[in-house]
Amino acid sequence: MLLKLKQSLLIALWFVFLTFPLLVIRVNTIEKVVEWRWRNMLVTALVSFFLALAWHHFLEKRELTEQKATAAEGGKESLTSQVWADPQRYRLLLWLGPALLFAFPFFLSTYHISVLTTALMYIILGLGLNIIVGLTGLLNLGYVAFYAAGAYCYALLNHHFGVGFWIAVPLGALVGCIFGFLLALPLMRLRGDYLAIVTLGFGEITRLVLENWNAFSHGPSGIANIAPPGFFHIKLGVYGVTCYLYFLLIGLTVLTIFVVQRLQHSRIGRAWIAIREDETASQAMGIDTAKAKRTAFTIGAGWAGMTGVFFAAKTGFINPASFNFIESAMILSIVVLGGIGSIPGIIVAALLLILLPEYLRIFSDYRMLVFGIAMVGMMIFRPQGIIPAVRRTYEFHPQGKTTGQA
Amino acid sequence: MAYFGELFIGGLTRGSIYALIALGYTMVYGVIELINFAHGEIYMIGAFTALIFASVLTLSGVTGLSVLILAALLAVLYASAYGFTVEKIAYKPLRQAPRLSPLISAVGMSIFLQNYVMLAQTPDFLPFPDLIPELPLLAGFAPLMAPTEVAIVLTTAVIMLLLTLLVKFTRMGRAMRATAQDRNMAMLVGINVNRVISQTFIIGSALAALGGVLIASHVGRINFYIGFIAGIKAFTAAVLGGIGSIPGAVLGGLILGWTESFATGYVSSDYEDVFAFALLVLILIVKPAGLLGREKTQKL
Repeated sequence: MLLKLKQSLLIALWFVFLTFPLLVIRVNTIEKVVEWRWRNMLVTALVSFFLALAWHHFLEKRELTEQKATAAEGGKESLTSQVWADPQRYRLLLWLGPALLFAFPFFLSTYHISVLTTALMYIILGLGLNIIVGLTGLLNLGYVAFYAAGAYCYALLNHHFGVGFWIAVPLGALVGCIFGFLLALPLMRLRGDYLAIVTLGFGEITRLVLENWNAFSHGPSGIANIAPPGFFHIKLGVYGVTCYLYFLLIGLTVLTIFVVQRLQHSRIGRAWIAIREDETASQAMGIDTAKAKRTAFTIGAGWAGMTGVFFAAKTGFINPASFNFIESAMILSIVVLGGIGSIPGIIVAALLLILLPEYLRIFSDYRMLVFGIAMVGMMIFRPQGIIPAVRRTYEFHPQGKTTGQA
Repeated sequence: MAYFGELFIGGLTRGSIYALIALGYTMVYGVIELINFAHGEIYMIGAFTALIFASVLTLSGVTGLSVLILAALLAVLYASAYGFTVEKIAYKPLRQAPRLSPLISAVGMSIFLQNYVMLAQTPDFLPFPDLIPELPLLAGFAPLMAPTEVAIVLTTAVIMLLLTLLVKFTRMGRAMRATAQDRNMAMLVGINVNRVISQTFIIGSALAALGGVLIASHVGRINFYIGFIAGIKAFTAAVLGGIGSIPGAVLGGLILGWTESFATGYVSSDYEDVFAFALLVLILIVKPAGLLGREKTQKL
């Protein structure tokens, strides 16, 4: 214990040294004065001391559980996975959740509904990216490009030709799919980290082109006055449109969950998971990996394109700044924090990541900082995410009767 | 022709900086096969540290070359410390994890460092003092190149030479090459692999910081976001030359610098970054191993 304290003290000292120039000194270059913020130093020392203690503690715990896991192969499943493994236990939650969601607009203000709508959009985006990152294991850092494609598709068609929302939804999805397919074509030879960088580059190219190609996209000033969705030719007020979109997005979320769930257990879904686990082995098993990966990209991108149309309809104004890397990182952290490949995890993570910063305004400055730490911490201490994905397992009973369990 | 020369020199300067940062990527990738996404942030932290110390020194009355030397040394020191710490926190616990895990952890680290500097310092652009003084030695190039440009090109050349010597002929370099070839085997023959990895991160970060100080005094302003774009471009350079290869990184950096310089000069200046990314995508598709890289067969 004493040794641990001493170690943590040393680590705290190291961090005091490390953060000294950036946290303590601030130079005002205009007035030519140096501001010394000694209080930050004290805070750093204290925080890093306790974090170091916690770090050691959790690392030790991780090692212990790893040892246990190897000692008793399979072992006891965690409580959460037990709950999720059994549909009977979460069926109640499954009905209660949507019921609550449907009831919300009747006692919440426009602002809260709008926030919830955003959260729903991120759930859909998370689930879409989950197909690419979670199921197939292809790290896509430019997912926002497909989202932008959908949003611009609706905005431009509406601006130039007055195309309506309902025509734009399938078109947006189609444009997303085409983008995804075209990007996937040359990428299939690349391995994980190269793929990550190329998709990142692709996302940035898309944003830069939108920013600079004034004749096409109206440049950095964006496109305003995008028509909100019409409800059988009835013009809805602000409240009406917000509620309408909210209900539409609930519908879309349910549809997405259903589709992803079905895809996951389909032939192509199992091929994706096989590729994620071991590409070479899955190829040896006769899976056309290039085709499966292409499909994953296309479907995931289509989902983003469709959500983009909803985004454009919701805000009524889009510009390239809405589609930067931070947005991609945000969607990725939803997938990672929720649990790679886990649908309930992604829903919980999207709600947490959107609603918490929205309602805890004090922390909104620290939002990305916390995301960053959370991504690192999650990878180290809980790589399976908040709610781990449940693997399909087959149990063998000695009587010679096999039962499948979803 | 004068215009061509101008663009050529511009590209050379730019490319040298990309090469300096790319060397860090290449070395780290060579040793642990990980794209260190936080590398661009280390470069940014180096520039910030140099700015802070240079300002403090100038305000307390130090002038001339000593400001540059002290600020650059402190920047290198701090950037190395950051690189070392990042590896210990974000990558070391994930050595045995699946490939996606350290990659996501690296992206998280990069986001964290960006926001840390933004919150600790400022989200705005800061003016960076012109630290490289008018040396009479460099004045000979005056009609052709600005003194900062000469300093940048010369520094890169010297560093590349030193690095090549270090990797080829010292004990440390041999240990690095052994670890890059086969980590487990290196461990078996008694190499302290953890130490080698730390050394790699420290050297890479020091080079990034040096690049940060040079480019910041060339461009004249910095903010917390400079590391992101510079990082991707340096990565492009590393991949272009063949990741894992030191001369490749320099070659890649120069080619990228010239591409950008000529493309912006002759085609359009709006799409500067697009050219770099397009080049990256093209190379990865046509020749993923890079110009000087060796095609790696996947081991099973």
